[in-house]
Amino acid sequence: MKANYGYMDGSGEFFISIDTDLCIECDHHGCVDACPVGLFEIITDDYDDEVAAVKGDHRKKVKYDCGPCKPVTNRPPLPCMVACTPGAISHSW
Amino acid sequence: MSEEKKEFWRWKEYNWHDESKDWKGADIITAGADVGSVSSQAVIMVDGELYAYSNMRTGSDSPDSARNAMDWALEDTGLSLDDIHYVVGTGYGRVNVPFANRAITEIACHARGGNYMYGPSVRTILDMGGQDCKAIRCDQRGKVTNFLMNDKCAAGTGRGMEVFADLLSVSIEEVGDMSLEVDEEPPPVSSTCVVFAKSEASSLLRSGWSKKMVLAAYCSAMAHRIMTLLERIDVEKDFAITGGIAKNVGVVTRLEKELGLSSLKSKYDTQIAGALGGALFAKALIEKQRKGS
Repeated sequence: MKANYGYMDGSGEFFISIDTDLCIECDHHGCVDACPVGLFEIITDDYDDEVAAVKGDHRKKVKYDCGPCKPVTNRPPLPCMVACTPGAISHSW
Repeated sequence: MSEEKKEFWRWKEYNWHDESKDWKGADIITAGADVGSVSSQAVIMVDGELYAYSNMRTGSDSPDSARNAMDWALEDTGLSLDDIHYVVGTGYGRVNVPFANRAITEIACHARGGNYMYGPSVRTILDMGGQDCKAIRCDQRGKVTNFLMNDKCAAGTGRGMEVFADLLSVSIEEVGDMSLEVDEEPPPVSSTCVVFAKSEASSLLRSGWSKKMVLAAYCSAMAHRIMTLLERIDVEKDFAITGGIAKNVGVVTRLEKELGLSSLKSKYDTQIAGALGGALFAKALIEKQRKGS
């Protein structure tokens, strides 16, 4: 399942998507430690699988929380996406 | 001079149990309690088969609504809550179901329930609920692969339809059929907001539109609004509809026409899909628990 965490406002759509079918294959969940603001946590989903999710208190401000990793120019690869070896994480903006 | 105040929005509440089944020799008895924003359902399954259910209006207190729905489903069955091995709470008030062993989202439960009701070929489920609308994509096991919810408004939901039933003094159960009794399809009313749609409908009535035309315009607006949701999720066959609005033939017919696709029909009550999915999850969870012990 594509789990989308984030929001949409007048300035655009700001969603972090986690493909849980890919995420359950990962045994180390490197995204949790890779994110400098600790955006991710591991939860047990409806199907009893352990998957990464965006913490509740970050969901309405991902645009700002992810800002430091997304400079306007010379944007480096995002740490969460680099650490996610199954390629389950994507950003909409 | 007094006039009897009728509640045209009030739909019929009911319970049912399968008298041909005997739960006494059952290995697994599970239940699902779906506390929605408008209606609450409880479903009891015996060895993975539907045994009893109830459907009633949600009150102001979620735990009470869950208890009342479950008590009504248990009525005349000889079962008590203690006989049920596992209960899953779902819906808007799922975390407030006092007797639930676990809470699971209504999205996952509707997909699982829809899979049971319509068979494994269903890939897109539209849950038209009381205060929101969800388009759910699922696989052959009823596992969610993607979903979308409507924007924050009662327009395009059951509550919006109740407002119109009251405004036009037409029983909510007759709205769908009546909306199809027009010679020509009128342009839809505003689908942005129920309050705007209601004031627009009032002025249309004053300008001479019949009740049937106003209902047709609202059902059409609702179908159109839902269509925009479905377009975003990319509907795949087979397509099925759950929730209370699935019983409104006026909306369903217009939606099917706009979509160019017929929805699957089921012998089960479309309003119990969430609670049914909850009971199915409960069965899987108790089986897993037993294997582990």
